[in-house]
Amino acid sequence: MRDSLLTTDKVSQDVRLRAETPSLAAQFAQETFALLRRLLIQLSRRPSFFVGSLIQPLMFLVLFSALFAQVPRGLFGTGDSYTEFLAAGVIVFTAFGSALNAGLPLVFDREFGFLNRLLVAPLASRLSIVFASVLFIVGTSLVQTLVIGLASLAMGAHFAGGLEALPLVVLTVALLVLGFGALSIGLAFALPGHIEMLAAVFVLNLPLVFSSTALAPLHFMPDWLRLVASLNPLTYAIEPIRYLFATSQWSLTAPVIAAPFAQMSIPGCLLVLAAFDTLAVGLVALILKKKLA
Amino acid sequence: MSKDAAVVIHDLHKHYGTIKAVDGLSLEVPRGRLFGLLGPNGAGKTTTLRCLCTLERPDAGHIEVCGIDVRRDPRATRRLLGYVAQEVALDKVLTGRELLQLQADLYHLNPALARTRIDESLALLGLQDRADDRIKTYSGGMMKRLDLAAGLLHSPEVLVLDEPTVGLDIQSRLSVWNFLRELVRRGITVLLTSHYLEEIDMLASEVAIIDRGRVIAQGTPDALKQRVGGERVTLRIREFSPREEAERAATALGALPFVKEVIINGAQGNALYLVVASGDPLQTVPMMRSTLQELGLPLFGVAQSRPSLDDVFLAATGQTLQDADLAASVAARGKKKK
Repeated sequence: MRDSLLTTDKVSQDVRLRAETPSLAAQFAQETFALLRRLLIQLSRRPSFFVGSLIQPLMFLVLFSALFAQVPRGLFGTGDSYTEFLAAGVIVFTAFGSALNAGLPLVFDREFGFLNRLLVAPLASRLSIVFASVLFIVGTSLVQTLVIGLASLAMGAHFAGGLEALPLVVLTVALLVLGFGALSIGLAFALPGHIEMLAAVFVLNLPLVFSSTALAPLHFMPDWLRLVASLNPLTYAIEPIRYLFATSQWSLTAPVIAAPFAQMSIPGCLLVLAAFDTLAVGLVALILKKKLA
Repeated sequence: MSKDAAVVIHDLHKHYGTIKAVDGLSLEVPRGRLFGLLGPNGAGKTTTLRCLCTLERPDAGHIEVCGIDVRRDPRATRRLLGYVAQEVALDKVLTGRELLQLQADLYHLNPALARTRIDESLALLGLQDRADDRIKTYSGGMMKRLDLAAGLLHSPEVLVLDEPTVGLDIQSRLSVWNFLRELVRRGITVLLTSHYLEEIDMLASEVAIIDRGRVIAQGTPDALKQRVGGERVTLRIREFSPREEAERAATALGALPFVKEVIINGAQGNALYLVVASGDPLQTVPMMRSTLQELGLPLFGVAQSRPSLDDVFLAATGQTLQDADLAASVAARGKKKK
């Protein structure tokens, strides 16, 4: 039976379609993977943004460590040197920065009409667009995390937690990126265009980083800042990683954050991040429903 | 609602803010034909197509594709439709083949089928040699062809095109037209919008003329023209005539028995635009010439034709298509909607 492109004989087409149409889950996987593949192709052919996103944290690590090199050991409450303290902060704010930019390709797709191609297709769910972007950004963030981690080790920091602690680091970064990535994607649909998107990213990026424990521990902060930092999801990603960097005899029950309202262990932090993720994804689904036909 | 219709739109309404883009539009597209939607810019053509292809939610109205209600089962209708928007929807970093592969995956074709269809459509649109080059190296015409190939990949019942030849060079326009004719020959229903008279006139077996959000005339091009009736004579006294000469000639010619109406077209050098009762041009033209001679006026040129779709539009709206286009672009300069 010749599979002609332009046969419109209804019977044979029905037969073919029935044989062709896979389950909803398989369809979702197919479209998500195709969109993810497109993002990966774009990355491989235009790597400058990603390369830049690796160079920036490395510079930060080197320069800030040099700045605080003379600081008395133990002043920051953890580890041998500021590098060790800083590494967790740099890992998290790099991942955060990437996550905030997750929506940018979508904004351009909207503006250049490419999104129409996706919206006109019989997708199993339009959430596959979101899912593909999220998978992509989590993947690239984990690569960034690896590079920064290795660099900090090369600079003399020790990862006391050992290899068994690595899955926890991966999980923490992934949860953080998922949440902020989803928010960024929501913004991509909610905002009018790329200028507004870039403005939003600018406004959100540094304030959120500085109102977390990226650069200094909670007990350095005045009360009001400590409260703000305790409500900041970034803090709940930084502290577990920092703890694992510094503590060889780590445990899942030990407190890693002394927030004004509670002490949190690692599972507690992960739960906070997961709750944040659920809210973020819910918000995106709402935005999509409202903005798309 | 005829079962044989590929697309049925009934009483469609859609507004954007204070602008009513579509205001009670109804039409039926028969299967296996090329249906044209002709109208000036701003008439509501794009909005209608976007509602049909599930890119917009209509305010009111009923749309069916091959008998399936678009609002009730959007996914099923998306499978039946192929949409080619006015601006190409391509990713310049990908190669042509990669874009088609993405399209195949979005429509859930299995790998073997996808491979076959991709090769076929590349061949059909003459893109095989450049399939593995990046899209950013393609010419405008090639990008359009790739867009067309993508729209057809999943063998839709209905191919919907929004202004398919805007901005293309003549060669590309011709090849797109030939391609569309070929599709219809093979049984695909084609629905296209255009503000180009000659495109619709040449391609469409049925036309709906739309202005200000509703259909003002529908039928086969010939039937529409016959309904308007009469012959059209464009008469130039000089290549560019002074107004008062044109007016004198208009008065004199208007008195002739077979002349129904005379319009002076200021935008065309004050040419005289006459509607005449169908008659033997061997008699009517010499009579017009001698009328002018009596006034001492020369005759630069005479063109006679059957009524065109422009005349249909003029009869229905009081404006020619060109003037309506101009008016729309002036209005659009005020507020550009994206």
